[in-house]
Amino acid sequence: MNDTVISAKNLSLTFETNDGPVHALKDINLDINKGDFVSFIGPSGCGKTTFLRCMADLEQPTAGEITVNGVSPAEARKARAYGYVFQHAGLYPWRTIGGNIRLPLEIMGVDKAAQDKSVKEVLELVHLEGFEKKYPWQLSGGMQQRASIARALAFQADILLMDEPFGALDEIVRDHLNEQLLELWARTNKTIGFVTHSIPEAVYLSTKIVVMSPRPGRIHDVIESTLPKERPLDIRDSPEFIEIAHRVRDGLRAGHGDD
Amino acid sequence: MKNLGPILTVVTAIFVLWYAGAVALNASWAYDKAKRANVEITFSEMVADTMQQKKPKLPAPHQVGKEIWKTTGEMVAKGRAFSKRSLIYHSWITLSATLLGFAMGTALGVSLSVGIVYNRTMDMSVMPWVIASQTIPILAIAPMIIVVLNAIGISGLLPKAVISMYLSFFPVVVGMVKGLRSPDHMMVDQMKTWSATKGQEFWKLRLPSSMPFLFPSLKVAMAASLVGAIVGELPTGAVAGLGARLLAGSYYGQTIQIWSALITAAALAAALVAIIGVIQKVVLKRMGMA
Repeated sequence: MNDTVISAKNLSLTFETNDGPVHALKDINLDINKGDFVSFIGPSGCGKTTFLRCMADLEQPTAGEITVNGVSPAEARKARAYGYVFQHAGLYPWRTIGGNIRLPLEIMGVDKAAQDKSVKEVLELVHLEGFEKKYPWQLSGGMQQRASIARALAFQADILLMDEPFGALDEIVRDHLNEQLLELWARTNKTIGFVTHSIPEAVYLSTKIVVMSPRPGRIHDVIESTLPKERPLDIRDSPEFIEIAHRVRDGLRAGHGDD
Repeated sequence: MKNLGPILTVVTAIFVLWYAGAVALNASWAYDKAKRANVEITFSEMVADTMQQKKPKLPAPHQVGKEIWKTTGEMVAKGRAFSKRSLIYHSWITLSATLLGFAMGTALGVSLSVGIVYNRTMDMSVMPWVIASQTIPILAIAPMIIVVLNAIGISGLLPKAVISMYLSFFPVVVGMVKGLRSPDHMMVDQMKTWSATKGQEFWKLRLPSSMPFLFPSLKVAMAASLVGAIVGELPTGAVAGLGARLLAGSYYGQTIQIWSALITAAALAAALVAIIGVIQKVVLKRMGMA
């Protein structure tokens, strides 16, 4: 199982602004393998979200190369290769939870029976059975974000890209969702790209942690996690976990400088 | 009904001011009449007179009410609801032009807003003209619209509706441009991750998002549409419609007739706006947005 799913070679992205060019990404080299859970962590401005958006064809790199499933991000997007989860759930208030999950399927022209089947499946995956007919405002923030993950899973993409999906939630809800996300990952064997600014979250979830630093945005360190695939919440008190967290923190500090 | 008290208070205050105004403005005519007849009148006789003059400067509310009833309810009772002396007939003439103009204005406004949101050239070029169009006094342009359309053989309902449209498309354009642009970047990016077409983005995201912006615009447009229809009746010597009633009333000094036409127009506008309000409530409720 070592086939590369996402591969970036000398990837750079420079935004032209009124204050001169901003190097959001500079010479990024990274391979993500099938079934990996990769976290991108770093201070704001380090380009972690921009990198994820490049994979999703939401930003266009100015130099270098990136492939998703062996093809360009645009082709991968058209082939429904990935589901994307944003920081805010972004559910449509005029659609029920079921209707929201159905939305990408409608857009992709999936027939009604298959839509019903997918909705049922993914609601079960995120433990929201019975909420299909509810409206988003009837759900808590954590449940809304789960619904939004369900929507990203609905069309059976093999890659799940998540941009600080739990950033706006409180810590207790976040712990719970992290646990559920691991369970979901184990069950579906997706490849996950996960942007976060929380060290415990990155260490707890990932098989690979990519530490990034700003100005210009580049990869400072790539840590292969030695934690087992089975991870109860209290693994966070183990010496192994603390050691990895330490290395991440050191990486962040070294890359950050004094500004 | 907890706001019934305040509403009644305001209504009462309006009536009190109106009656006071009627007495003050009509008093001189009451004294003139008495002087010519060489009689002295007391204050209370004067007040009584100001309430029942044939051509008062400001008719009292009950006179207007009586006139409205005479030209609506009584006509219906006589089975002549659509005779030329009935306000129902005149209201219908104006209402039909208003509704046609409103429909045309809404259609034009929505199409322009879609063009402005989706086409950069239209965004840069159309909006300034839309705004400029509203700086021209409608009273100046209305006769020209009617004359020009008449010259190419179009008369009757349509010219008035065109003037209504001219006034009513503006709030719809402004509201819908804002509404169609209301989905944030994230929502638009999300659509892109699903490789949605422009059409899907419009029907599934932008149009539903614009609904809370559409209805307030429609309310303003409806009121403007009625004004347009009435203005359209003024410069043409129209013989039917609330505008014609206003004009005829002012020719013959029939202030009571003017005021009853005015009040009818106001009631009509209020009713039309209220209908849109109800539709708004139902639609937004169904969409889970209210």
